Amino acid sequence: MSLKVDEKLDIASILTDLEHYHPRRKGWTWRKSAKSEQVGQFIYRQVTEPLKNSCPLPAAKYFGNIDPQPDCVITTEIASGRFEDDIRRMRMAAWHGADHIMVIRTAGQSHFDGLIEGTPEGVGGVPITRKQLRATRKALDLIEDEVGRPINFHSYVSGVAGPEVAVLLSEEGVNGAHQDPQYNVLYRNVNMYRSFVDAAVAKKILAAGGMAQIDGAHNANATAREAWKVMPELMVQHAINCQYSVMVGMPKDKICLSTVPPTAPPAPCVSLDLPYAVALRQLFEGFRFRAQMNTKYMESCTREVTVTHVLNTLLSRLTSADIQSTITPDEGRNVPWHYNNIHGVNTAKQALLGLDNIKELVSLRLDGELGSKVRDLKERACLFMEEIISAGGYFAAVSQGFFVDSGMYPERNGDGIARQMNGGVGVGTIVPRDDDYMAPVCNHFGYNALPKGIDKACDPIAGCTSCKPDKIVWIDELDPEDNVHRRLAECEQERKQGLLRPEVQWQGDGIVCMTMFLPAAERIAEFAAKNIAERMGFEDVEVIHKQVMHPAEGTLVEVKGKLPFAIDPRELVIPEAAQTFSEDTIREYVAEHKFKIVAATVGEDEHSVGLREILDIKHGGIERFGIECHYLGTSVPVEKLADAAIELGAQAILASTVISHADIHRINMRRLHQYCREKGIRDKLVVVCGGTQVTNEIAVEEGLDAGFGRGTKGIHVASLLVKRYKELGWN
Amino acid sequence: MNRGFPGTMQRQDDFIERRARVAALSDAELKERFWQLTEQVVQPLVDLAFTHTSPSVERSVLLRMGFSSIEAKEIVDKCVEQELLGKGAGHAVWRLSHLENIPLRKAGLRLAQGLGWERLQQFWGRRETGL
Repeated sequence: MSLKVDEKLDIASILTDLEHYHPRRKGWTWRKSAKSEQVGQFIYRQVTEPLKNSCPLPAAKYFGNIDPQPDCVITTEIASGRFEDDIRRMRMAAWHGADHIMVIRTAGQSHFDGLIEGTPEGVGGVPITRKQLRATRKALDLIEDEVGRPINFHSYVSGVAGPEVAVLLSEEGVNGAHQDPQYNVLYRNVNMYRSFVDAAVAKKILAAGGMAQIDGAHNANATAREAWKVMPELMVQHAINCQYSVMVGMPKDKICLSTVPPTAPPAPCVSLDLPYAVALRQLFEGFRFRAQMNTKYMESCTREVTVTHVLNTLLSRLTSADIQSTITPDEGRNVPWHYNNIHGVNTAKQALLGLDNIKELVSLRLDGELGSKVRDLKERACLFMEEIISAGGYFAAVSQGFFVDSGMYPERNGDGIARQMNGGVGVGTIVPRDDDYMAPVCNHFGYNALPKGIDKACDPIAGCTSCKPDKIVWIDELDPEDNVHRRLAECEQERKQGLLRPEVQWQGDGIVCMTMFLPAAERIAEFAAKNIAERMGFEDVEVIHKQVMHPAEGTLVEVKGKLPFAIDPRELVIPEAAQTFSEDTIREYVAEHKFKIVAATVGEDEHSVGLREILDIKHGGIERFGIECHYLGTSVPVEKLADAAIELGAQAILASTVISHADIHRINMRRLHQYCREKGIRDKLVVVCGGTQVTNEIAVEEGLDAGFGRGTKGIHVASLLVKRYKELGWN
Repeated sequence: MNRGFPGTMQRQDDFIERRARVAALSDAELKERFWQLTEQVVQPLVDLAFTHTSPSVERSVLLRMGFSSIEAKEIVDKCVEQELLGKGAGHAVWRLSHLENIPLRKAGLRLAQGLGWERLQQFWGRRETGL
């Protein structure tokens, strides 16, 4: 089975024969260094092997459509609640450069005492089940073949079923996982003893599967009232999880710190966050760094979020990052949507590429303020660890509220999250292992009195599932109503008919977003916007962003709503795409027919770049095909342009009009056409117009032969000229 | 401001006094001290995990032995009821299969149904037969 670039991923075929699918590889994969530092015309110092298929950044068209791949693994977090829709988004994200796909779990799964089976719909995430993981991993195999780079699949090992989830993830070829017993204790109120007992077994299983582990310290950032004050504690949390992981047998290069730059503008974030980033990298040398983006200070303005994330990526480049995580810019207002995952991935890719090699160009001054702040943080972290010991150890410290206190250690504000040693979910459930305790399976952590004389732990049972995957028991669905087959059946008819609805996360969800400015104060604007959307026929209208432009002059409002209809693409009137001839065909024709053109930017318009690119030989313009070009300059009246065509005996007029204020571009086109008619030359000339707001349809409406918009190249205009000459029979 | 965990510590930033203990250390020594302290904090946690087990740990063993999540839950729940979790749920299955000379899977399914536990209690001398 393989994917075709021009065909949609077929979910039904992914679901077929799943019970016999086993992952074709296990373990984490880092990107491979590029064989050459040269990509297009540029030299990069921090790039990896290119993709076979990808979508480059929008501006790549000016640079030969290059799509360099930065050195760090790039994450995207996907969780719509329906894995069948997540899979399609994963394919899109992979094409933009994501090779680490994190799947957020449904709300409440961490308190679920056991595994979930089947494919129920989730809330704010997807239920992690064997079937969901298997289908996703199977789809990712196809997607990674399509883009030509391994994709790391990732989920979470927390809650009261950690060891079982670790087994499940490992069996199903998941490549990375969050695992940090402190997360359970602090944020999920899982009993602390239970959490650490479970974690050791889970970590051992993750390690055996070659999986990368990410810790949970970033949650303290998101929870602390003033995130930048929690930095010494974060280092302590990272250290506890790192050391615990090492001691249960996980290699250091698979242990990743989840670090977040704690602040965001308007705070002077780089001067606060950089010392922390440097201190971490000094203290945790040998471990890996997963650079997470800040979520604590994320509001509903996607532009603001994006700038913060670019600053976060600057820190990654000024220090280091093995995994560059991304957060969708809409996380502060929606469950993330398809295209915002892509925006998040592109923000990271764009910033990483733009900052390529920056450490060669600038260096960090550790002999000044930066160095003393780094030292300060490390000393505070060291003193924190010391006080844990004097308080009676980790469990005692937690019960005394040491963690997530809003004071910058050693300051204490008395607002830490204190958990009781004999409290929390799963209290009283751990038991001491007896002298003859036995677990006849591989990769089991802890005391294990296996029968004497065996080579391998699972010999007594003739092989465990990690040695014999065929022993894994497959459960398909448990709920006849809440499952993927039911959900697919619901939209099957529309899918078969090829009907089209807008979509942000689920097939055919019909959701669209609309941006408007209203010259009114915030509250009036909000309700007016809602009313406007409703009168336009949107259903379930919600305001997802509002921003005051001025208290009285106006407000920007973004609304979302649901469209209650589907479109049949077969009923659309789609103009045929313009025909482009080969360069040789054009050259040959021009050589035989010899023609000349006049060109100018018309009206009161000083923009010259676009037209020069269409004309000039050095920009690949029409001159290079042998067309004789007479360029009259900018702000040329349409009459003067037409008169010049008559005087020079040109066969074509190329007008450029960029300004479109009050429809001046349309007016210029219409006047040019009318003037040529008045002069009696309109049917003897090809008259075309170009500009950023020009389309072929507009130009034709105004009487011209053709119009050219953004992205037009000389070859497109030359093709049109040749085509029109042939049609007009000018031999 | 207290967030609902009464009695937790409140203290001004006394870093200047406290740092006297570490101020003289070189960067390398500070790092070494940090990791020594960390190991001291973590060692008892590792020891706890080494010597204890939990229902989830035991369910993970049963999954690896080829039982489904539903079967594993049944077996472990009964193992907890029987106060035999300290033997290991996988051990219970393996032991029953040996004692009864039946395949491993059959032994596990019996235990999941609540059968065979008497035999195990007897074997481990936990309970007199006939009571």
